[in-house]
Amino acid sequence: MEKTEQVVSTASNYRTKTRKNILTPKSAPYVFIAPAFILILIFTVYPVISSFILSFQEVRGVEKTFVGLSNYTRLIHDPVFYKSLINTFQILIVQVPIMIFLAILIAVGLNSTLIKAKSLFRIAYFMPAITALVAASIVFMILLDEHFGLVNYVLSLIGLDNIPWLTTPFWAKVSVIFVMTWRWTGYNMVIFLAGLQNIPADLYEAASMDGAGKVKQFFMITLPQLKPVFIFTVVMSTIGTLQLFDEPFILTHGGPNSATMTITLYLYETGFKFFDFGYASAIAYVLVLITAVISWVQMKLVGDTEQ
Amino acid sequence: MITSKKLSTKILIYSLLIIGVILSIAPFYWMIVGSTHPSGEIFRVPPKLLPGNYLAKNFESLSESLGIAKVFWNSLYIAIVYTVLSTLISAMAGYAFAKYRFKGKNGFFFVILCSLMIPFQVTLIPLFEMMVSFDWLNTYQAIILPSLAAPFSIYLMRQNMQVVPDSIIEASRVDGAGELRIFFTVILPVTRPALAAVAIFQFMSQWNSLLWPLITLNSKDMFTLPVALSSLIGMARIDYGELMLGTTLSTIPIMIFFLLLQKQFISGILGGSVKE
Repeated sequence: MEKTEQVVSTASNYRTKTRKNILTPKSAPYVFIAPAFILILIFTVYPVISSFILSFQEVRGVEKTFVGLSNYTRLIHDPVFYKSLINTFQILIVQVPIMIFLAILIAVGLNSTLIKAKSLFRIAYFMPAITALVAASIVFMILLDEHFGLVNYVLSLIGLDNIPWLTTPFWAKVSVIFVMTWRWTGYNMVIFLAGLQNIPADLYEAASMDGAGKVKQFFMITLPQLKPVFIFTVVMSTIGTLQLFDEPFILTHGGPNSATMTITLYLYETGFKFFDFGYASAIAYVLVLITAVISWVQMKLVGDTEQ
Repeated sequence: MITSKKLSTKILIYSLLIIGVILSIAPFYWMIVGSTHPSGEIFRVPPKLLPGNYLAKNFESLSESLGIAKVFWNSLYIAIVYTVLSTLISAMAGYAFAKYRFKGKNGFFFVILCSLMIPFQVTLIPLFEMMVSFDWLNTYQAIILPSLAAPFSIYLMRQNMQVVPDSIIEASRVDGAGELRIFFTVILPVTRPALAAVAIFQFMSQWNSLLWPLITLNSKDMFTLPVALSSLIGMARIDYGELMLGTTLSTIPIMIFFLLLQKQFISGILGGSVKE
């Protein structure tokens, strides 16, 4: 009896309030999502569709004509596009493993019980992650100057010859990898460090009671426990590398001889240097396709680990 | 025997860690020192590792060639407006997805998840055409609006809003508070850490963003810092003193913020994926 009364009074409360308040619990969610949803419709959904249509068109000034698949067939025969694909994947395959390895190494070192002032170390290692990619690239562009750069100066002190960091195809790629690694290792290291700290201590206690040494513990406990973090960082780094733009744009402008041309840089040049919108849209859709395939593969990997 | 082994491991770990720290920090030091030297001195061999007295001069020429004060203001204004609005929009949408049942909820959320996975490069060309037809090139709104609804931040806010107990929302309804009031006076205050993380994330991504501003801004007095810095490199004769000062100016404010709020910063930049 008391209960129904309460419900009735609450309901009448609602009714009186709805007259005063513009939003009811029914209409409120629509109002709350409206700004986000309208913005996404205009600035994401519409462009994604429009870009798909554009990829089958040729754009001359304001005139657009459908040309079927010709943008895509042109892509297949475009040596610069091939080069940008190969470069992006070369950078991906070399840079991500090096960076992840360093990040785990530093995280394990920092997590050691022998080390003090952990938070100070963490701040220092995280510092590169707060700089703009543009700023980082500019600083390294100067540091890596062939004749007057600090890096070659330091190398000359230990008797090494000058390295043409930014002016030969091989070393230009190395330089891009170098800057990316400088910028992102600390970032990933902090994620691994958090992962390490989440491993339950009793796992190690049980292992050492079973007589497992430190090295064995690392391979039997630490690495398997880090697997979810590992997959997360690899996926994020892969997606980031597929979209690589700032570093090669600043450091080398994609050169020398297109050695550091990446997919996004090529898209930018096609679209906004040559204003070939149809062709640029086709490049964009190839990027979507590649990202989708790689994400799918990686998601499958994640699914496998959860089983 | 055991202690001496422990000591040597300790020394080994410390020295490796310190080498890493030097590699991480040295470029910052060198950048700041470089901003106090004239262009020619930056390439002196052996390099100058102590501050010079050319800072004011570099600032003067940077003001002349770029109008650095206006550029700095553009970056700051865009980043702040963007951060406030996008954090609010994400919080509102995240709240609706976390705490309401409504028709079409799954559909709406599906669209947001999809836009989270699509590389933004796909939208560049149509967005540029749109900005041209709106006559929005070289405007603040061209930079702020297209990425204002950030799917990742919405997702993050939804995760954080789900933890808020339903009972406190119900209690405020019974007390007669309207839905908007509940959101602003009950929900926002209890989700402050998440809001801070999202705000820092949004601020950093806007402050550092290059590609979209590079496409939409071509008049010098509208440049943001990254665009202005990249324009300096394109010049026939690069003044490296100016360049170093420019990069220093774009980095120092963030660095100070970071040192003051490092915990929130780290969790913000990592997109709230690391909690402490």
